[in-house]
Amino acid sequence: MSPFVLSDVSSIFYPITLGHFLVLGAVLFCIGLFGALTRRNAVSVLMSIEIMLNAVNITLVAFSYFNTSPQYANLLTGQIFAIFIITVAAAEAAVALAMVIGIYRRRNTIDVSDINLMKW
Amino acid sequence: MLSGIATVVFWVIAALLVASALAVVLRRNIVQSALFLVLVFGAASGVFILLNAEFIAIVQILIYAGAVTILILFAIMLTRNSMSRQSNPANKQLWPAAIVCALLGASILFALFAPESHLATGATQTAPGTGVNNVARIGQLLYSPSGYSYVLPFEIASLVLLVAIVGAIAIGRED
Repeated sequence: MSPFVLSDVSSIFYPITLGHFLVLGAVLFCIGLFGALTRRNAVSVLMSIEIMLNAVNITLVAFSYFNTSPQYANLLTGQIFAIFIITVAAAEAAVALAMVIGIYRRRNTIDVSDINLMKW
Repeated sequence: MLSGIATVVFWVIAALLVASALAVVLRRNIVQSALFLVLVFGAASGVFILLNAEFIAIVQILIYAGAVTILILFAIMLTRNSMSRQSNPANKQLWPAAIVCALLGASILFALFAPESHLATGATQTAPGTGVNNVARIGQLLYSPSGYSYVLPFEIASLVLLVAIVGAIAIGRED
């Protein structure tokens, strides 16, 4: 019972199902991964990682919204997880930007292609 | 189930979200990337409102669009002229990275929509309302000293934030 049946194109647009939010999350995650793999500015890599974390949050909140199980629906587990992810992401952003500024002070560059001391 | 107007809003927000995320990743000017990141966070908070998660939508605006973006703009300002020609160049692995990301996306979609997947991706039925405000329910789940709650993870998260603040100061200060 996939919502994406090619013979019925209108069912792709309406109604909105759990699958729509999951695809949105997957697409955003891939865009963020592409940025993290290809950017050379360390701050830009960090911005891509924030996009990936947001994609995961959308997925978790969507699972929480579409969970109809009477036992678990009002526990909002997906939303609670999203809150903890936001917390950890804020901590990660603060530490990572401090590291970027520290690297800039010592090496005078934040190009991740030049920061390769530990490269194998 | 999401109503007709919510469907239109979903498609508008989804298009805005994907377009601005692509702009963040592809713009050559890093300040423009950072400004498009604000748009990504705003659109994501719109998705959270569609999903009845008002608290997370507000937190998203406050923490991401407010604090994290300002932090990123400060870092860009403090590391100016650190790149040779453009402020946000791409490395040599552009096409391999694109292929890897496309393969990852395809495998995620396959895992979601494969016939043997047990995930109810076609679900339109939504969770029954608990009759309690979303913010109040999350408050109960985070703080309630008795009953089912996340008090201990919440306290550990505050410890993580404290360690991150001290670590950021220790790493970033001049010595």
